[in-house]
Amino acid sequence: MESHVVSNLVAGLLVLLVVGALVAASRSDIWREAGRQLVRRRPIALAAVALYAAVAMLDSFAWVGGGDIARPQTIIDRFFPADFQERSYSAPLARTEFYGDEPLRYPARHLLGTDILGRDVLHLTLKGARVALLIGGFTSLIVIPIALLFGMSAGYAGGRWDAIVFFVMSTLASMPGLLLLVALIMVMGRGPLQVCVALGVTGWVGFCRLTRGETLKLRELEFVQAARALGATTPRILATHVLPNLAHLVLITFVLMFSGLVLSEAILSWLGIGIDGSWGQMIDQARDELARDPIIVWNLTAASFALFGLILSVNVVGDALRDVLDPRTLRER
Amino acid sequence: MLAYLVRRALFGAGTVLGVLLFLFVLFFLVTAPEDIARKSIGEKAPPEAIAQWLANHGYDKPLFWNAERPADTLLAEHFRRMLTFDFGVSDADGVPITRRLGEGVGPSLSLTVPLFLLGVPIGIGLALVAAFFRDSYIDRMGVVLCVLAMSVSLLLYIIGGQYLIGKLLRWFPISGFDPRPSVILRFLALPLIVGLLAGVGEHVRFYRTVFLEETGRDHVRTARAKGAGEGRVMTFHVLRNALIPILTQVVLEIPFLFTGSLLLESFFGIPGLGSITVDAIQGNDFATLRTMVYIGALLFILGQVLTDVSYTLVDPRVRLG
Repeated sequence: MESHVVSNLVAGLLVLLVVGALVAASRSDIWREAGRQLVRRRPIALAAVALYAAVAMLDSFAWVGGGDIARPQTIIDRFFPADFQERSYSAPLARTEFYGDEPLRYPARHLLGTDILGRDVLHLTLKGARVALLIGGFTSLIVIPIALLFGMSAGYAGGRWDAIVFFVMSTLASMPGLLLLVALIMVMGRGPLQVCVALGVTGWVGFCRLTRGETLKLRELEFVQAARALGATTPRILATHVLPNLAHLVLITFVLMFSGLVLSEAILSWLGIGIDGSWGQMIDQARDELARDPIIVWNLTAASFALFGLILSVNVVGDALRDVLDPRTLRER
Repeated sequence: MLAYLVRRALFGAGTVLGVLLFLFVLFFLVTAPEDIARKSIGEKAPPEAIAQWLANHGYDKPLFWNAERPADTLLAEHFRRMLTFDFGVSDADGVPITRRLGEGVGPSLSLTVPLFLLGVPIGIGLALVAAFFRDSYIDRMGVVLCVLAMSVSLLLYIIGGQYLIGKLLRWFPISGFDPRPSVILRFLALPLIVGLLAGVGEHVRFYRTVFLEETGRDHVRTARAKGAGEGRVMTFHVLRNALIPILTQVVLEIPFLFTGSLLLESFFGIPGLGSITVDAIQGNDFATLRTMVYIGALLFILGQVLTDVSYTLVDPRVRLG
């Protein structure tokens, strides 16, 4: 299958999951109320996250056709002319190249200038949103089911199985996170899938520990014991009595983990093993640009602000979510 | 008591073996030694050259099973070498890894130890201020600043610091290292400033949460009720009790002081263990990389066992479960 078809399928799957989760949540009064409170508390941060998601969405589905271009294009690509490219650097809205006086092919059309290969920085920055959301979204698609499966079964069953899971978790947790991440990617090879899997392997432990601990507590509660006394099977107890009581923790941890994942990718990009087209790569490239004379800042500024805006709004939403959903933690305002 | 200590130590040892097994799977099964050889001497190297390279680096053995000499396999070799700290030579340039580690640990510690010794008190101090003025504008602004500071990538702190302080203001050299005591501070100042700035947000937030949990306790209310001033309450009743969770967190950071900081060292040209690791990553030097992961894990497990043991000795409330 062609690569853009695969990535369309992955994006479609993610969208279906998000929509499904939202529909399921809107059926329950508790989640509806939590959502309402979240919107009331942090409207701007939520809107920012939605904006990033919308840009990523517009860049997620590619198809061939339209104009005379053979390669698949996304909606974002279609906003820009097909050969929207210069020979090298040009400043924002400039009419000539940055070094020398050669006139540009598209004078005063590059809102954020162009990079060393002459690509439009605004276009690259918008495309980075998809990569960032893919890192967070796809990785959690790997992490959440694994962590729930192992955490819940270990916490509920106890005994030898619990000991094995606990041992595996301690082993993985004892290795320095960044080094383990790098080792995994070097061994598996470079590429978006490999980076997400590596982030998943290093990221599931904390999640799993949390679900295991919570399940241990829930197991002893009356309603679980009542279900057991009534003869409910273990899968049924886990699915209908334990899992719903973990859902809020899953959501909080996912949001708080998300920003960490995207920031990790930036560091991986700098090590040369990140995902192509990420903001981390743009920032990495900018290291040489600051050493030039005169310096070039638009590339660095665009990527850093895009990254900062996403991480900040996700962090703010995550904190608010924790306040709304987890009554035991302190209210942090 | 003794039974608990023995059990804890055994679990730690088991974890070390688990790490070694994991590293074996990762570095010998997922990537075969032939792949490493090809990455090192070129994709189109003739088979004889690869065989020669494998022999030179000690990879020319069966993976699991050797019918003639059962102990002479890569698996056994891997465990024996790691457990006796005989790390062999680098895959990239043949330099003994142990020697390189010995050269790198000094520069690493000269950066990480001051960073740790300055960072912890600064974080605790700022968090105490925030907790003292809780729910006032100072506290709220502090929290906002922390979230802002946490949302910036470490890369940006480094690039920004190098550009602003190193290139524009010219206070300190942009990068470099010189171990002589008279000049070492000139080179360490910039990485220290950047490291402190990058870490302070997260630290303050964590400490503040711990303090606020402590201020809600009954004994703190009692102290206030008997007429103790707010400053006295904060230092003697809140800080002292909050030190237990803080110490747990802080002690676990100590092992990683030895492995250095990947980004800071590499950006600022400090020839420590972090730089060695980055060079290993860029040079496809798997032997050095797996040694670094192993040492990091070993130190972490050791630190964890020691922390747990010291708790049982110090705090009578700890359950010997």
